Amino acid sequence: MLRTPFHQFHVRHSAKMVDFAGWEMPILYTGIVEEHRQVRSSGGLFDVSHMGRVRFRGRHARRLLEKLCTRRLSDMQQGQCRYSLVCNETGGVRDDVLVYRMDDDEFLMVVNASNREKLLGHFEDVRAASEFKVTIDDQTMKTGMVAIQGPAVMERIGNFSTEIPTLKRYRFTVKNLLIMKLIVSRTGYTGEDGVEVMMPADKVEMVMKLIKKGIDLDDPQGAIRPIGLGARDTLRMEAGMPLYGHELGEDINALACGVDFAITMDKDQDERGEAFIGLDALREAQKNGLPRKLTGLLIEGRRTARADMPVMQGEKQVGVVTSACLSPTLERPIAMAMVDSALCEPGTALEVDAGRARLEAMATALPFYKAPKKQPAA
Amino acid sequence: MSSPADRKYSDSHEWHKLSGDIVTLGVSKFAVDELTDITYVEMKPVGTVVEPGGEVGEVESVKATSEIYSSVGGKIIEVNPKVQEDPSILNRDAYEEGWLVRIQVEDTSRLDKLMDHEAYDKAHGAC
Repeated sequence: MLRTPFHQFHVRHSAKMVDFAGWEMPILYTGIVEEHRQVRSSGGLFDVSHMGRVRFRGRHARRLLEKLCTRRLSDMQQGQCRYSLVCNETGGVRDDVLVYRMDDDEFLMVVNASNREKLLGHFEDVRAASEFKVTIDDQTMKTGMVAIQGPAVMERIGNFSTEIPTLKRYRFTVKNLLIMKLIVSRTGYTGEDGVEVMMPADKVEMVMKLIKKGIDLDDPQGAIRPIGLGARDTLRMEAGMPLYGHELGEDINALACGVDFAITMDKDQDERGEAFIGLDALREAQKNGLPRKLTGLLIEGRRTARADMPVMQGEKQVGVVTSACLSPTLERPIAMAMVDSALCEPGTALEVDAGRARLEAMATALPFYKAPKKQPAA
Repeated sequence: MSSPADRKYSDSHEWHKLSGDIVTLGVSKFAVDELTDITYVEMKPVGTVVEPGGEVGEVESVKATSEIYSSVGGKIIEVNPKVQEDPSILNRDAYEEGWLVRIQVEDTSRLDKLMDHEAYDKAHGAC
């Protein structure tokens, strides 16, 4: 199994480790619900080094990415990040990714751990077929990455940098410290404010020492605590964010996943545009209408639905649960589900077939949770 | 931490503690730790007769739903109302406060086939 550069950190913090997409990762340190609440109320640090980091550099980097990604990227400025999908020819989703514009001819892409090798093959195939001049470099093993998320995070980061707290959402900055380069973006996957930081793998211990000066990760009452993948999953569910293998997949139409903002349907009309892979299939699907779409479900009672349980209306199956949990913030079971488009209207009464029990459910708009807006200082 | 010596353990991680002809049944700490935060407990009602190896209820956690089995047959005479009210008791105290059901047993010999705490701990890496 692959280990991240933070492995010793996890062991020191008595993490319970599991196999995640071939990586030995912490599922939890103290408890999933406790860690979830820590992030919502204060802050948490996640090792996300297992995610793939791929650099595109060269004269045609922009054009190659326009072809690969569903979202328009050409108008991105240096220092900007954008969430996008990578589709297959049939309009299914190969992965969801975050694209960083480093320079005119240089981009960085963060991809899901489980899809890294598949995507690298795909990128290489498309590059070879198009004869674009681009070097594609997988930097995953050479680098580490953490997400620091929660309402107390930006203030703490202010102890290290005056610039980072001024970053807008989906912007990043490159900090050249004496002997290493850090990429710090105001992004995340929890529904909270915070940053994600990429660093050289061999400098992880040094970065953690630096962080320790302002953030005591060993203090059980600390403002920022280590958080495992278990809470990362319940946090992203509350925030209504899709996950590959659940809401996103090669067989799930990109337009059904609730991320239309990441699909630029007229991208090829643009002067510097490029038809992306899957665009024709998505146009066709748009014309014909989508049979099913992603919706939130609020579930009655205390029982948790599970992924793959059928969603019912009467005796008719009208959908399937894609993700579910007992929401620690709402203190009730929630689910995300692919449901017949006509039944996604918020308020629609549905049921989840949990085997021997039927769970009452109501369609609801995503997300389940939005971070409260910070009040400007009076 | 070793498991309590005063009870017997099944392969499916239930503990059975015999007192007279009553078996108190719960889930081992090892299993609770594997399940992570327990979110829901539903046991069969008092009066239910279970066969040896039969199901006595379900426990749900953040991660999964698990059926709970009794290695002994008998009649459920008591269900712990507190854990149904507050399932997190199982995470805090799987062996005392976190008991699930009490079963009146006719034949206690089936308990002999179960693991003692040493065998259970050996099988599940407790130190």
